[in-house]
Amino acid sequence: MYDTIIIGAGMSGLAAGIRLAHFDQRVCILEKHYTIGGLNSFYRMGGRDYDVGLHAMTNFARKGDKKGPLAKLIRQLRFGWEDFKLAEQNGSSIRFPGVELDFNNDIAMLESEIKSRFPDQIDGFRSLCGSLLDYSDMDGDSPDFMRSAREVMAEHLSDPLLIEMLLCPLMWYGNARENDMDFGQFCIMFRACYLEGFGRPYKGVRVILKNLVRKFRGLGGELKLRSGVANIHVEEGKAVGVVLDDGTELQAKRILSSAGTVETMRMCDDITEPDVAKAGKLSFIESISVLDCKPKELGFDRTIVFYNDSPNFHWERPDDSLCDARTGVICSPNNYIYDAEEGELPDGVVRITTLANHDLWSDLPEEKYRAAKVTQYDEAVASAVRFMPDFRSRVVDTDVFTPKTIRRFTWHDNGAVYGAPDKQLDGTTHLPNVFLCGTDQGFVGIVGAIVSGISMANRHCLQV
Amino acid sequence: MTPAEIRQEIIDILDDISPDEDLDNLDDQKAFREQLELDSMDFLDIVMELRKRHRVQIPEEDYGHLASMHSTVTYLEPKMKDL
Ligand SMILES: Cc1cc2nc3c(=O)[nH]c(=O)nc-3n(C[C@H](O)[C@H](O)[C@H](O)COP(=O)(O)OP(=O)(O)OC[C@H]3O[C@@H](n4cnc5c(N)ncnc54)[C@H](O)[C@@H]3O)c2cc1C
Repeated sequence: MYDTIIIGAGMSGLAAGIRLAHFDQRVCILEKHYTIGGLNSFYRMGGRDYDVGLHAMTNFARKGDKKGPLAKLIRQLRFGWEDFKLAEQNGSSIRFPGVELDFNNDIAMLESEIKSRFPDQIDGFRSLCGSLLDYSDMDGDSPDFMRSAREVMAEHLSDPLLIEMLLCPLMWYGNARENDMDFGQFCIMFRACYLEGFGRPYKGVRVILKNLVRKFRGLGGELKLRSGVANIHVEEGKAVGVVLDDGTELQAKRILSSAGTVETMRMCDDITEPDVAKAGKLSFIESISVLDCKPKELGFDRTIVFYNDSPNFHWERPDDSLCDARTGVICSPNNYIYDAEEGELPDGVVRITTLANHDLWSDLPEEKYRAAKVTQYDEAVASAVRFMPDFRSRVVDTDVFTPKTIRRFTWHDNGAVYGAPDKQLDGTTHLPNVFLCGTDQGFVGIVGAIVSGISMANRHCLQV
Repeated sequence: MTPAEIRQEIIDILDDISPDEDLDNLDDQKAFREQLELDSMDFLDIVMELRKRHRVQIPEEDYGHLASMHSTVTYLEPKMKDL
């Protein structure tokens, strides 16, 4: 009998596991896949290391900083700064037709950019910054949390273009809702991206995952891979344990699931029809290009470019096409300020993320699917090079993954990257001893998911 | 444990939670919150660590006693004197 069973060995599940194992619980993490990481794993192909997701870790902080989510998670998981060792970004840009805003990890940069491009908006921008909710107001109790971010922004800013430009990175890095954003989520992402900023460990996401797993195992936690949970077995209104895909039964006092709300409900054997309409539907394709040179040799030094090819930013699933490349994110992991002793990354890499439709990708027969990966890669790159130097003649290797890939590796409905639009901020479910953490609880991104795992473990599994 | 040992134990816990913090100049009479960057999650950790290390149970309504080093040691003394 376990004290807690955790479903999923992604960022949130591993972080929760560390907290519980540290405080001597008998805890087991069950992961359906053969490896850890979930939405942010890593792989090796053609002799090269790839990250699934990592463009940037948001919520950058420097060694010794005591405030903010990154400092908090390092403390709560008893890590040291060196374990995460983040290199700072060079600087990123928001690029719309004819106008560009640069930003880095010091908000003064974005402020001065707004001052010069949108001089009559700078006071509004400052008052918007002043109205942001604090992290301590993020448990959803604040009456402003569920307001429309567009509505709040319009109270401070009168130029619609600036509103679209500011929303673009924040939606890309953490908004599960189409077209608008909850103000609370806006505040979380505004702090994470603009006030704290971007960093990346030299070796990418594997460093973080390996540290999490090593710590968890070192504390006596059990991790079972290839152990998908088929069923959460419910008796008399309480979960008593789980049944794995291979029929193995495991018992636990409580269950913490990072599989998603709808996905978890589907496992509960007291629920016959989960409300699938509540699942998120925003998914991506990622087009990765390996170059024969460093991006900066082509005149590209930006860490991330968030682009959009018209004054209106459309944050929605493409309904009639595989992808929508009108907007996208360009990332070069080379463009971070790595330590001298680390040096440069071995290969020049450009990663481009564009919006995609899970169902259309999944319906393609195998041959068409493979062909579509090629054509959609070409479209994403063609769209992106309008906003950066054309690197197409320098590509030596490519990889593409689609919503179908994301779904296959995470089991999230619709390959949804940021989960359901309506979050379950308190992490509770219809059962008194089954709780949610990760994407569908509320915090997204790498740092967000880790913080979610920690806080749900604290709240529901430790204070008992 | 003597009050001095309890104090040292709290220092160890604080050092564990927040290794970068300078604890040598801690003023025992002043609130932790005024001197260290501790939030509610960190306070919970002090409670949890005491439970883990010494099986000391601190009910939630008593968390207020953990405001400063002085009040913490005073509060813990009867609970930890036989350890
Ligand atoms: C392409 C892409 C790019 C991204 N880029 C960034 C970025 O640059 N920066 C950033 O901060 N974030 C980024 N993210 C987001 C970030 O990766 C996620 O927000 C975060 O990893 C979510 O972690 P999680 O623990 O909530 O969920 P998940 O990682 O989804 O973990 C859930 C786990 O549960 C497992 N599971 C599901 N069902 C079962 C079952 N029945 N039984 C057992 N196990 C099960 C899954 O296999 C998975 O491992 C990106 C994501 C993607 C897809």
